Order: sequence, then C-alpha cells, then structure tokens
Amino acid sequence: MNILLVGLNHVTAPVELREQLALDRSDPAELYRRLRGPDGGSESVILSTCNRVEVLLATPAEPAAAVEAVKTLLADQSGVAAQDLAPLLYAHEGREAVRHVFRVASSLDSMVLGEPQILGQVKDAYRQAVSLRASGVITNKLLHKSFSVAKRVRSETGVASHAVSVGYAAVELTRKIFGRLEGLEVLLIGAGEMAESAAEHLLRHHASRIVVANRTLPRAMDLARRFQGRAAHLDELPALLITADVVISSTGSEQVVITSDVVKAVLKPRRHRPLFFVDIAVPRDVDPEVNGLSNVYLYDIDDLAGVVAANRAARADESIRAERIVEEETLKFMAWLETLAVAPTIIDLKNKAEEIRTAELKRTLARMGPLSEQQVETLEVLTRSLMQKIIHDPILFIKHAGHRDRKDQYLELARKLFNLDREDDPGPNRKR
Amino acid sequence: MNADLVRGLALVSYFLAAVAFLVFLLRESESARRGATVLVAAGFAVQTVFLILGTLEVGQLPVFNLSQALGFSGWALVGVYLLVSTRFRLPVLGVCVTPLAAVLVFVSALSRSRPAQVTPIFQGLWLSAHLVTAFIGYGFLALSFLAGVLYLLQEREIKAKRTGGVYRRLPSLGTLDALNHTSLTLGFALISAGIVTGAVYAQVTLGSYWRWDPKEVWAFITWLVYAGLIHQRVTVGWRGRRAAIMSIVGFAVLCFTFLGVSHLLTGYHSFANLERLEMK
Repeated sequence: MNILLVGLNHVTAPVELREQLALDRSDPAELYRRLRGPDGGSESVILSTCNRVEVLLATPAEPAAAVEAVKTLLADQSGVAAQDLAPLLYAHEGREAVRHVFRVASSLDSMVLGEPQILGQVKDAYRQAVSLRASGVITNKLLHKSFSVAKRVRSETGVASHAVSVGYAAVELTRKIFGRLEGLEVLLIGAGEMAESAAEHLLRHHASRIVVANRTLPRAMDLARRFQGRAAHLDELPALLITADVVISSTGSEQVVITSDVVKAVLKPRRHRPLFFVDIAVPRDVDPEVNGLSNVYLYDIDDLAGVVAANRAARADESIRAERIVEEETLKFMAWLETLAVAPTIIDLKNKAEEIRTAELKRTLARMGPLSEQQVETLEVLTRSLMQKIIHDPILFIKHAGHRDRKDQYLELARKLFNLDREDDPGPNRKR
Repeated sequence: MNADLVRGLALVSYFLAAVAFLVFLLRESESARRGATVLVAAGFAVQTVFLILGTLEVGQLPVFNLSQALGFSGWALVGVYLLVSTRFRLPVLGVCVTPLAAVLVFVSALSRSRPAQVTPIFQGLWLSAHLVTAFIGYGFLALSFLAGVLYLLQEREIKAKRTGGVYRRLPSLGTLDALNHTSLTLGFALISAGIVTGAVYAQVTLGSYWRWDPKEVWAFITWLVYAGLIHQRVTVGWRGRRAAIMSIVGFAVLCFTFLGVSHLLTGYHSFANLERLEMK
C-alpha cells in the first residue's frame, strides 16, 4: 500500500480557487466511490476547509498513476481546467504524506500557526470518511495518530498557547490581572470593529456583564441590545467607572475621554479593586498616566499590537519543537507501516508450520496406540518447541526485511522459500 | 529506625523536588511539575515520620534548639504549601518553597537531632500547642510573603507591558492577591493562637503570663503589624500592591522576631538560654 496526499492550501492557491474547489457542495459519497479505485482497494479521506482541499489516499496502485487520477478527479469536481489546476497542487508520497497529515492536524500548516479549529475539521472529515466506509486500516491508524500528535504538540509546546489577535490578547491580559473572568463587568465606550470584537471575546470567556456607553444614547442602545447589556450615556462615565472592571475604549474623540483625575477619584469608591483599560482608539481615549496609578492597568492599541507580535514570534519559536514531535511520530508511523507489510507473511509462515505440526502429530499418535496423558503432553511440547526453534530465524529475517530497501524482494524470497502461496502444495492437508 | 537517616531521606526528597521544580520553571514541563509534586509530598510524609519518631522518643515535639526549630519550620512551610495547593494551583510557589525547605532541613541536619537530655520545662501539652500553632502560622505568613513578592514581580511586568517568560510563568495578580489574603488571615489567626498558648504555657511553667522579654515584645510588634494589615484590608479595601508590600514588611519583622531576637537581644526565650531556665 502507498500513502499519497494530493491537495492545495492557502499558500499554493488563491482564495477564489479554493472556494471553487471546496468539495463540501458536491456529493461526498460519489467522490469517495471514485477514489476507491477500479478494484475498490483504496482507502481515502477528504479534507475540505476554506483554507485547504486535500485528498489522502492509501492505495495498492502505482503512486504516479494514482496521483494523476486524483488530480483529474479534483479538476472534474471543480470545473477548473486540469492544466490550470496542476501547478497549484502538491502531491506527497509515503513519509512526506504522513508528515503532512500530522502537520495539518497539529495546525503547523495553518494560515495562523496554532489556530485550534483545524483539528476539529480534520476530525469531521475523518468521521465522514468512516461513515461512508472510505477509510481503512492504514488511514484509520494515520488519522487517529494525527489526533494524538496534535494533542502532544498542543500540550508539550507553546504553539497554541499565545494569543495572536488583539481580542484574545485582551482576554489573556484580563485573565492575568483578575485571575478569572467570571463576575467581571465590561464597559465598552464608543464603537468600532476591534473594540466590539474584544468585548465579544471577553463575554465569550464568561465575563458577566457589559455596559455600553456612547455620546448618543440610541447608538449605545443598539450595541447594548446586540451584546444583551445595559446602555448608558457617556456623561455618566464617573459612575460607570466605579462598577466596571475592564474598560474598552474606542471613541472618535480628538481629546482624552478618560482623564487621570477621573480615574483617581474612583479608586476609593472602588475599594481599590483592579481596573483594566484597553484603549483601542487613535488618538488615544485614556490618559497614559493612569497606568501609573495603583491597581490600574492601561494597554493602548500599540501595546496590544506589541503583545500580539511577541506572541506570534513565540509561536514560531515553539513550532521548531512541534516539528520535532511531528518528525518523531512520522518515523514511528512509518515503522508501523513496515511491520504491517511483513505481518501477513509471518502469519502465513506460522500457520503453515502449525498445520504441519498438528497433522504429523495426529498421524503419529494414531500409530502409537494408547498413551498416558503425560506422554501425549510430552509429544506436544516436543513438536511445538521443534517448530518454534525452526521458524524463529526465518521470522526474524522477515521482520528485518520490513526495514530494508528492497523489502518486496525479501518478502517474495521468504514466501517462495516456504512455499506460502502455491496451490499445488505437496505438503500435508494444505487448505490454501 | 535511625532518625537521622529518616531526616536525610526527607532532605533528599525536598532537594530533588526543588530540582524538578526548577526544571519545570525553565522548560515548562508538565511531567517535571507532577514529579516535583510527588517528591515534595513524599518528603513531607517522611519528615512527619521523623517528627513522630522524635516525639515518641522524648515524649514531646523535638523542637528544643534553633536548628530543630528551623527544621520544624521547614516542615510547617511545606505542609502549608501542600494544603494551599489543594485550593490554588500554583506550581510557581513550589519553586520558591521547596529550595527553602531543603535549606532549612539541611541546616537543622547539621546538628544533632535531639538534645542530650530533656529538661522538665519542655513538657506538656501547652508547649506542643504553642509550637504547632506558632510554626504553622509562620508557614502561612511565609506564603503570604512569597505571594507578595510574586505579586510585585508580576505587576511590574504587566505595567511595563512585558509579556515574556516571567509574565507567562507567574500566576495572575488576582490569584496572588487571593493567596496573600487567605494565607494572611489563617497565619494571623494561628500566630494569635500561638501567642495565647505560649502565654498559658508560661503561666503553667514559669508562673506568669507575660514577662516583656524581647522575644515577647517583638512577637507582639509582629502581631500588631499583621493586625494593622488585616484591618486595612477589611475596612479600606487595601489590596494588590500595598497589601503585597505590607505582607513583605510583616514577614521581615517576623523573621527578626524568629531569628534576630534570639541572636541580637538576650532574653529567656532565646534558644541559648532556654535550657538554662529553671521552673518556678
């Protein structure tokens, strides 16, 4: 069996083309039926997300021909001419294909390194393949392995552990200041895509309440309805600052909206509870001096951008460790695959030896007349240990064949030597 | 069983736990953290056995001189840490606690494990109560001190917008403040109990509750500092930075009471003079 992977991703193909190729609209059962090949011996799994379309194949067919077949299939499905599609596709074989599957599942091949969705998408794709009976021994093992590789990468490296968006960075900082988001009140001042996204992130991570303040109350009410929060007018700011924990500010104001004096005045009524300002506005809404106040923290948009940039760099550093894990697991998988290739030969050899042994023993016992149970037992042991000693070395030879370059020749030799495939077997009671 | 051997075993466990915690700190390795936790718990169990053996031998907690007191405070510190870590998941605290415990037990192991003879003054339940409450109280206050130091470190990182390794490894300010608060409250309650039981013990053995001996004066000052801090926390809502600084100051005073008074000032409480005390 050859493991092949043919596909394209966000690096090799532009988004328009990926959209056209997205296989989720076509009938998966039909696709899988075609991938199974003429003799029905191929296993396959199709992964189709907005960033990649990939076909994983484990096939007894010749690799080059199989790759061509998949390419034709993809061209047919998408309606893109084969010659236009060809330069965008990559094809991996054997170890490269295994490594690629592991890298994809571990989010090392993602547009945003370490993003968590891809593993779920791989799992969904696999589930579909299983339900359509398209996967098999090799692809099952490979996909299951890829889940555990992804888990290892996630837990043993920091590839996924640093926030790489402003919204997430705000959540992470909030967590580092307050310990937990439960029970916190978010105050959103003004509006804007990034500010709203930050507020959304905080709420999704279980911040308890949100208050939306604006210069015009109707706008505040609009936003408050969306977030299921309370609306307020900007004039109420000092009172709002007493109950708030995280303040996200993003107004279009030319002047500072929240002065150091206003914040200083609320410290006591707040009973010195921590207060975290996220200032997304340009020019800034919050007087930079408030960062110097006790239990008050201020991050402006540049600070957050700095955190995100540092985190991206940290993820890239961690990816080196992740690649090592992938490499290690790829080697392990390839070793398993090799034992898979030699296993049938070993089983055949053992079966043949056992058949000869039982047949000969039966004949001998019939000739020897009545024997005690102990004597029968002794003969059993004798024949079994004879058999085991004789086939021990050939089995080792076959096992090692799995690691040699010309493993097919070695296996062929072993099968011929012990006559494991011949129908005109002169041996006693051969069933095959 | 040989008591010194048991103590040596505890020391080795603490030392290995400290090494494992260091590996955890540097490599952020989860298995190192798990190993360290097991080791520190094992060390604590072994040291507890050591203390039980000693108690059975002399009929009293074996805390008669400074070195034994240091070993005992190491035990209390680790015990308190283990207790607290059931509620707060703070391996970074283990990074601070285990080397400290290893050093304390090591210093105490440098001298003999028990005095040649036990004077009658070291008898009685009140003394045990005094020692146990006071030392476990010290353990909690040491934790609140550590929480304070870590708080200041982490706060500095956040204010300076440095979100690197230190920021990532240290727990959140909220957690550190909560730990500071919890261990401060418990520690204060226990040292209060330690002072009361000590006074009763003094009344039973020496005939007076309070003698204004330097150790007693300083214990009282320590108590006042912590009482002030708790008061501010409850009434004004002091927290975070100020609470952290105050718990550091409080612990400095406590250390002076524990070590400094014994060496710099003279009084019957100092370890050198303890054995010369006569019963009234």
